[in-house]
Amino acid sequence: MASPATAAVENLPQVLLLLHPAAFTIFGEEHFTSPKFRFLKAYESSLPLDEFLAANARSVRALLVSAATVVGAGILDLLPELRVIVTTSAGLDQLDLAECRRRGIRIASAGDIYSADVADCAVGLLIDVLRKISASNRYVKNGFWATKGDYPLGSKQLRGKRIGIVGLGRIGLQVAKRLQQGFGCTVSYNSRKKKNPDQVPYPFYQDVRELAANSDALILCCGLTEQTRHAVDKEVLAALGKAGVIVNVARGAVVDEKEMVRCLVEGEIAGAGLDVFEDEPVVPKELMELDNVVLSPHSAVLTRESMMELARLVVGNLEAFFSNEPLLSEYEDD
Amino acid sequence: MTCPPVHPYLVEALEKRFTLHKLDSVPDKAQFLSSHRDSIRAVVGNAAAGADAELIDQLPKLEIVSSYSVGLDKIDLAKCKEKGIRVTNTPDVLTDDVADLALGLMLAVLRRLCESDRYVRSGLWKKGVGFNLFLLQFSGKTVGIIGLGRIGMAIAQRAEAFSCPISYFSRSQKPGINYKYHPSVVDLAANCDILVVACALTPETRHIINREVIDALGPKGVLINIGRGPHVDEAELVSALVEGRLGGAGLDVFQDEPNVPEELFKLENVVLLPHVGSGTVETRQAMADLVVGNLEAHFLNKPLLTPVV
Repeated sequence: MASPATAAVENLPQVLLLLHPAAFTIFGEEHFTSPKFRFLKAYESSLPLDEFLAANARSVRALLVSAATVVGAGILDLLPELRVIVTTSAGLDQLDLAECRRRGIRIASAGDIYSADVADCAVGLLIDVLRKISASNRYVKNGFWATKGDYPLGSKQLRGKRIGIVGLGRIGLQVAKRLQQGFGCTVSYNSRKKKNPDQVPYPFYQDVRELAANSDALILCCGLTEQTRHAVDKEVLAALGKAGVIVNVARGAVVDEKEMVRCLVEGEIAGAGLDVFEDEPVVPKELMELDNVVLSPHSAVLTRESMMELARLVVGNLEAFFSNEPLLSEYEDD
Repeated sequence: MTCPPVHPYLVEALEKRFTLHKLDSVPDKAQFLSSHRDSIRAVVGNAAAGADAELIDQLPKLEIVSSYSVGLDKIDLAKCKEKGIRVTNTPDVLTDDVADLALGLMLAVLRRLCESDRYVRSGLWKKGVGFNLFLLQFSGKTVGIIGLGRIGMAIAQRAEAFSCPISYFSRSQKPGINYKYHPSVVDLAANCDILVVACALTPETRHIINREVIDALGPKGVLINIGRGPHVDEAELVSALVEGRLGGAGLDVFQDEPNVPEELFKLENVVLLPHVGSGTVETRQAMADLVVGNLEAHFLNKPLLTPVV
């Protein structure tokens, strides 16, 4: 016989989880719980996903996903009552936005909470590549400084370096501010649309290849869409050139990864700082051998502070949904 | 005469213009100095070695010491002044590089960039071993700067672009500066998240980072040293890091370069660099040009480019 407490919990609306979110592991699931809902964890079942959903999720109205949870028409068909998707990511490329729109499913993203952290990661990776911080830290910690002598010099200082930002959204603008105001770089950008020059003082390039030709470093901060998939291709990399550096904190698929790896191995570009890859967690093994490359495991947002903000936002969005209140960070198509 | 190993570009430039003796490649230094005492008129030093009182005494014809560094801690300035020996260094040309590196170290330590790279290279990410590094946000953290000279100000300007509040300690409060002044280093350490050493090394600033300061900075605080190794009581620093009493450190300089305390090698919250503050091709060349330019000016009886004494 169910106790009143159990009955109360069982009456709580459910939030479906298809995959175990990285944020739960990194920060702790307890930060994402609420007395106003409970989680339905598909990944804890031994049933194949479609069977599990058919048996358990027909009345589910809310879904919580991360960057890695691909949601297309197939999944949506199994969730006929779904009304909201909350994601722990800033990016939405894992969702079939057209299908969601068609079905009237609302989306709440991580909004602006990550912008500073991602921008910091981009700048940190850029400096690391140019000044060989990870490589020389490795050198010292291997005991080589005392035995093998000084480490080879890095390349030019940041002041005056031409930075090309691909995607001047919230993250791109923060990267631009840090590099131009802080370090004296000269920033230019490419974006879907040219921004108002009264608000955005940086030169605009319609064409990514032309931006690359006029940049010492390309920093990718755009969302992944049909238009941006492989936007950094063979021609763009050639235009960036032998002294050029690429930093990617967007999505792996914005770059033709195979071509980029070839360029790095053959010295066609000077270096790369990469937080994202086409097929995570697989990283091309050629990159692991290079000292002019700095790698991180899609961790740009995984700071204590961002995770705390995320937990607040996720719980806030879900509670708002179940109370019929406006979502805190609803995604609006523009 | 040059004391320590130096940049090939600089060596070549010096050899073109002067008779160059490299002291570090001489087997018997005492013998060399005594046999050349009447011919050596200039010394080129760097961060590792310059012209101390003993050397100055052994070179009675010494007219100028030109240092391939901005730091002057290896030169006995008082003695040079007393004997009318000119001294030059390499200010300004390396300010940006050192400041860039200071920020690079802050980001690398707080965001565990080196350790994240190691995690990926080790194959752990691919194997599905959970990423459990303790990443801290950098933006908005309070940066405390010891020494608000050229380098200190350049660091402040960069950190401000990350919305970091800036505070500082200096021998005296600077007029017209908007940053928060603290009258003691301990006070500064207790009130900042990241403490940066950016002052010159003098007898007064030796071990300016001591046990008391480290305790004030605490288990959540991070120390960045782009000054000189002796600014820090290294033994105290090592034990604080090993015992978890200090949150982290980014170090470009050490007490006894190139020897670095091995206890630090395995710490994920510590980044160690081989004294590369000014280590870019362009800046080292600019520094070398200043060294040569100062020497040429001296021997042509022209005004020195960057005189200190």
